[in-house]
Amino acid sequence: MRHILSVLVENKAGVLSRVTGLISRRGFNIESLTVGPTEDSRMSRLTAIVFADDVAFEQITKQLHKLISVYKITDLSKDTAIERELVLFKVNATPDRRGEVIEIANIFRAKIVDVGRNSLTIEATGDEEKLKGMEDLFRTYGIKEIVRTGKIAMSRNSKET
Amino acid sequence: MEKKKIATQTDAGFASLRAKEGCIMDLAHAVIASLEAEGVDLVFGYPGAQALRLYDALYDSCRIKHILSRHEQGAVHEADGYARASGKVGVAIVTSGPGATNTVTGIATAYMDSIPLVIITGQVPRAVIGTDSFQESDIVGITMPIVKHSYLLQSTEELTQTFREAFHIAATGRPGPVLIDVPSDLAAEEMVFHYPDTVKLPSYRPTYKGNIKQIKQAVNSIKQADRPVLYVGGGLISSGATQELRDLAELMQIPVVTSLMGKGAFPASHLLNMGPVGMHGSMYGNILLTKSDLIVVCGARFSDRVTGEISKFAPNASIIHIDIDPAEIGKVREAQIPIVGDLKGVLSGILIELQKQKAKPVSSQWLELAFAWKKRFPLYRERDDEKSDEIVPESVMFKLSHKLDPENSIVVTEVGQHQMWAAQIIDREVPRSFLSSGGLGTMGFGFPASIGAAFACPYKTVVCVAGDGSFQMNSQEMATAATHKIPVKVLIMDNRCLGMVHQWQEMFCGGRYSETELSDIPDFVKLAEAYSWRGERIDKAAELDAALERLLASEGPYLLDIAISPNQKVYPIVEPGKSLEEGVGAIDLDHEKSCSTKAALSISAQKEREAN
Repeated sequence: MRHILSVLVENKAGVLSRVTGLISRRGFNIESLTVGPTEDSRMSRLTAIVFADDVAFEQITKQLHKLISVYKITDLSKDTAIERELVLFKVNATPDRRGEVIEIANIFRAKIVDVGRNSLTIEATGDEEKLKGMEDLFRTYGIKEIVRTGKIAMSRNSKET
Repeated sequence: MEKKKIATQTDAGFASLRAKEGCIMDLAHAVIASLEAEGVDLVFGYPGAQALRLYDALYDSCRIKHILSRHEQGAVHEADGYARASGKVGVAIVTSGPGATNTVTGIATAYMDSIPLVIITGQVPRAVIGTDSFQESDIVGITMPIVKHSYLLQSTEELTQTFREAFHIAATGRPGPVLIDVPSDLAAEEMVFHYPDTVKLPSYRPTYKGNIKQIKQAVNSIKQADRPVLYVGGGLISSGATQELRDLAELMQIPVVTSLMGKGAFPASHLLNMGPVGMHGSMYGNILLTKSDLIVVCGARFSDRVTGEISKFAPNASIIHIDIDPAEIGKVREAQIPIVGDLKGVLSGILIELQKQKAKPVSSQWLELAFAWKKRFPLYRERDDEKSDEIVPESVMFKLSHKLDPENSIVVTEVGQHQMWAAQIIDREVPRSFLSSGGLGTMGFGFPASIGAAFACPYKTVVCVAGDGSFQMNSQEMATAATHKIPVKVLIMDNRCLGMVHQWQEMFCGGRYSETELSDIPDFVKLAEAYSWRGERIDKAAELDAALERLLASEGPYLLDIAISPNQKVYPIVEPGKSLEEGVGAIDLDHEKSCSTKAALSISAQKEREAN
């Protein structure tokens, strides 16, 4: 099962490798990983997507809790969280097909951030399904390069009590 | 402005642990002052270039005695043995690079067995970290998977808080090793020494108090059980809950089995003690677990060496798992009643509730079965070949056990066959009197650990039961013992082979002894002499008693090399991958031949049917 781990950690050197090292050491693959500062400068937020069954996932979170540098762990399952990722696509777009590519980008509310003689660079944000949909369409034109930020996630306001 | 004192030598070592509070000193001196403030009076270690200033500061300390090992691995095992024997935090100081990497096995050993250590490593100056400078190693990175926590010091401001935290983290919750890496340029920087009283660790708050609802559930479950067993591990010893365990076992008449780390948590002489369990555990202990309907797990972690094939382990038992580390609960075997907390408090909580409810002890039928199994399938009986000249390893353990004062002796083992014979046969009555590398199984641990234990308990007899293979892995520490006239008694079960692997090769590889036969080098007696030890070798059973007497009576370090046959095996055994029910080779007092666990179970099933 897919889990989104949102981990609040101490903002210190080496903490990222403590967390990721522990996850991989226990035999789990991290599909996506992002780290960034939070509203509190002493802390960073780490968002990781891992695949694990429930027992294994419980073990990962318990082991992570044991790290002194870890403050809080939240499991943001899909339906209670807002999930976003930013992707840059460099898509083949010869002058005769440029219009089609731009049209697709517009449908997905993506931005054209760079134009080359034979390619377009498109910036898109969204959840996994939307980005997958765009990627599939761009593939028909040929994708030169994809760079993704990795997913970030936040619990929905409705979860607050 | 606050008037600052200058540290002088007379400040050190006298009066309070805070004699240096408010003094100006370099960071190296502040490291030593921090150790003093933590009440440390003994450290083990090995100097080097990047630890130069630390050692220079140590030179000024009147309070801290430093024991120079002959290898950094030895220093860490010594600190570990000291911690295991005393319950205090063990401290080791080493230099950067190879000095630091040499500590890795020692740290991993302590981590696996949850032993509180603080390891201080010298590091190259901050400006050259990451440039592959001479004797540089990323020891914080290397040890990340095997420490409870670690620090790379970045400024003088962090120092005292770091030390306070390190000692706090090492000793509290589930104990473990903490590493502090000290760059050498920082060691020279001046600072004002202020040692904090408290730690600020919002992310580290171990749960000590067990949940009352779960304690009540546990009480109900214990009251309803017909065939309960208390399964006890090293956590019970670190919690200091031996009295609570004993009270609970006696009140409810529950038999107690122990893991290797739990040996000594419950007196061997106690009627309810059902011995060690697992791969080389007692057959009666293994049967008890297999037949039980409730296992109360106290600070143990269902190690594969205890459970055998986990899917077949104790198939009818529900589990009450008490541990201070929530990650242990449900890791290997699902717990019906999980209790996170310190065993001492949780067990007394259970006890009080049981007393309040006037709970009745479990059925005597279960205990009678247990006693019958224990009586019929003991771990030791005198064997026929003992009448010959050959020295039988089990009889060495048996005799040693009887010659030791159980309250005033510590047995430390290396790893291998001798370790299992010792665990099976040497009786231990009190906690911290049997020290062994349980989790990592580190050959080379036992001998240095015995030196550490002897430093911790100078009035106790410390015996290191070793194998000829294990002993050679850290035999250089003989110099450490000799220099300090530490009267460790090393007993080598000398079969000139790597006995345990040799046994496996015979059992599982058709006798293809690949690289397990050691030559007759060295002459251990001469080795002893070279280190100014006394030493002797015996190879006849008739010499055993007197030799053991001489060993135990010796005033300085003493090595007794006992020749045994490489064909001696550890029994009973549950072969790897098999279930506890499939154990073989147990002594059966009703028969000449050994007995398998399955046969024993069918005998007891038949008896039960007859009784009904």
